[in-house]
Amino acid sequence: MFKHMTSKAGSSVENKTGSWRTEVKPKFLKKDCIACRMCAYICPEGIISGEGKNTFTCDYAYCKGCGNCAAICPKKDIEMISELEAL
Amino acid sequence: MKEFLEGSHAVAQIIKRCRPGVISAYPITPQTHIVEDLAQLVADKELDAQFVNVESEHSAASVVLGGEATGVRSYTATSSQGLLLMAEVVFNIAGLRLPVVMTTANRSVSAPINIWNDHQDVATVRDAGWILFFAESNQEAVDLHMQAYRIGEDPRVMLPVMVNIDGFILTHGMEVVDMPTQEEVDKFLPPYTTTYKLDVDNPQTMGFLADPEYYIEMRYMIDQTHRDVLKIVPEVAAGFKKAFGRESGGLIQGYRLEDAEQVFVGAGTVCGTIREAVDALRKDGKKAGLLKIVTYRPFPKDAILAAVGKAKEIAVIDKSISLGSSGPLYLDMSAALATLGAKMPKTSGFILGLGGRDITQKSIFETHEKLTGKQTDCTFIGLKQELLAET
Repeated sequence: MFKHMTSKAGSSVENKTGSWRTEVKPKFLKKDCIACRMCAYICPEGIISGEGKNTFTCDYAYCKGCGNCAAICPKKDIEMISELEAL
Repeated sequence: MKEFLEGSHAVAQIIKRCRPGVISAYPITPQTHIVEDLAQLVADKELDAQFVNVESEHSAASVVLGGEATGVRSYTATSSQGLLLMAEVVFNIAGLRLPVVMTTANRSVSAPINIWNDHQDVATVRDAGWILFFAESNQEAVDLHMQAYRIGEDPRVMLPVMVNIDGFILTHGMEVVDMPTQEEVDKFLPPYTTTYKLDVDNPQTMGFLADPEYYIEMRYMIDQTHRDVLKIVPEVAAGFKKAFGRESGGLIQGYRLEDAEQVFVGAGTVCGTIREAVDALRKDGKKAGLLKIVTYRPFPKDAILAAVGKAKEIAVIDKSISLGSSGPLYLDMSAALATLGAKMPKTSGFILGLGGRDITQKSIFETHEKLTGKQTDCTFIGLKQELLAET
C-alpha cells in the first residue's frame, strides 16, 4: 500500500492561519512611509507587500500579529492595534 | 566467481554492482571496512557514484534520504551508536517511503562501551518501519543486499531495507563467496526509476505535516505494506534462485525441523553454531531443530507457525534485550505462538552473546538443558557468577 508522500508546491496557502492571531494586529498608517521595505523583509510569514511610499499592507488571512514589522519600521508608521479595533 | 573474501569487502563489492548513485557514511567499528572500500572504489572511478563525506551518522542518513528523495539509488552503512544517532532519520526514511538500503554491522550499545557483536542496535530501531534482514554468512550477506534493493524499490513496497550482518563475525571474517558478475547483477536488479521524487520541473513538497486527520492512515499503509512484503520476499527469493541457482533469503529457513521436538530460534551467525549443536544433539538421540529468522520485519508469523507450530519446546535465542522485559525476538515469537491457544508449544526466551561473548555449542547445549525444565521468559546463559558479586 503506497501513496506518494508529497503535496503540491505552495499548497500551504490553502490553510488560512491568520485565525491563530489572538491579541494584536498591525495597522499600516500610510503617512510617513519611505518604502524602505524593512517590514516586508522582516515579516516571518512573507505576507507584507507594497511598491511605493504609503502603499504597504499585509494579508491578514495569514498574519499572526508578531509585531516585527511595527518594531522595525524606522518611521513608526506601523502600529499594533487590538484585534477588536477596526483597521 | 568464487573468491575468498572478508565480509566487509564482499558487501562493498556487491554494493558496487548494485550501482548506487549516492553513498554517504560515517566510519564506525565494525562497519568501517565496508565504506572504506566503497570510498576507494568511487575514488578509483570504478563506481560512478557520489560518495558524500559527512560529520556524523545523522548527516549520513540525511544525505541518503535526500539522494533517494530525488529518485537515486542510495546506500549507507553503520553500527551501534551510529545507528542510534541516525534513529530520527531512520524513522523518517521509512515514513517518507524511501527505499534506502543500509547495512548494519551489528554491535552492542554503550554503556559500557563495547565494540563487539550483538543485536541491540537493530533491536532499538526495529519499530521504524524498515524491512529487516539478518545474514548468517558472507554469501548470504551478498545475496540479501541484491534482494534488498529489489524488494525495497518494488513499486508495491517503497520501503527501506536494512541488511544486518554480525559485526566482526561476518564483517571481519573471511569466507568463500560466490560473487556475481556485474552483468548478472544488472539482469537481476534493473536501474531504479520512479515518479516519486523531488523534481525542479515538477515542484512538490516531500515531508509535509500530517495532522490527526491524516497521520494514522499513513502509518496503517506502512503496516499494510509490511504484510504485502511477506508475499514479496519469497517471490524475490524464488527469482533469485532462478537467476543465481542458490537458495538465499526468504522469510525463514529451517534445519531438521520435520520431526523436531525442541526447536532453537535465532537470527544471524548464531544459526551456524546452532546447526552444529543440532547435529550433535541429534546424534545423542534428541530431536532438535533450528528455525532461522531471515526476515525479522515484517515478522513472518504464518511461516513460523507452519514451521514450528507442532514442536514441544521452543528456545528463542536473543542477542539483545528489552531490559526489564525479555528478548525482542522472544516477545515476537511468543505473540505469534500464543495464537495457537492451548496448542502453543512451551516457549522460552534466552539471552546469549551480549557484547560479543562467544556463543559456543556448549552455550546451546546449556540452553537445551534449561529448555526441558520450567518455562522461562528471560534466562541469561553463561553468566560469570564471580562478576556478579555486589560491592
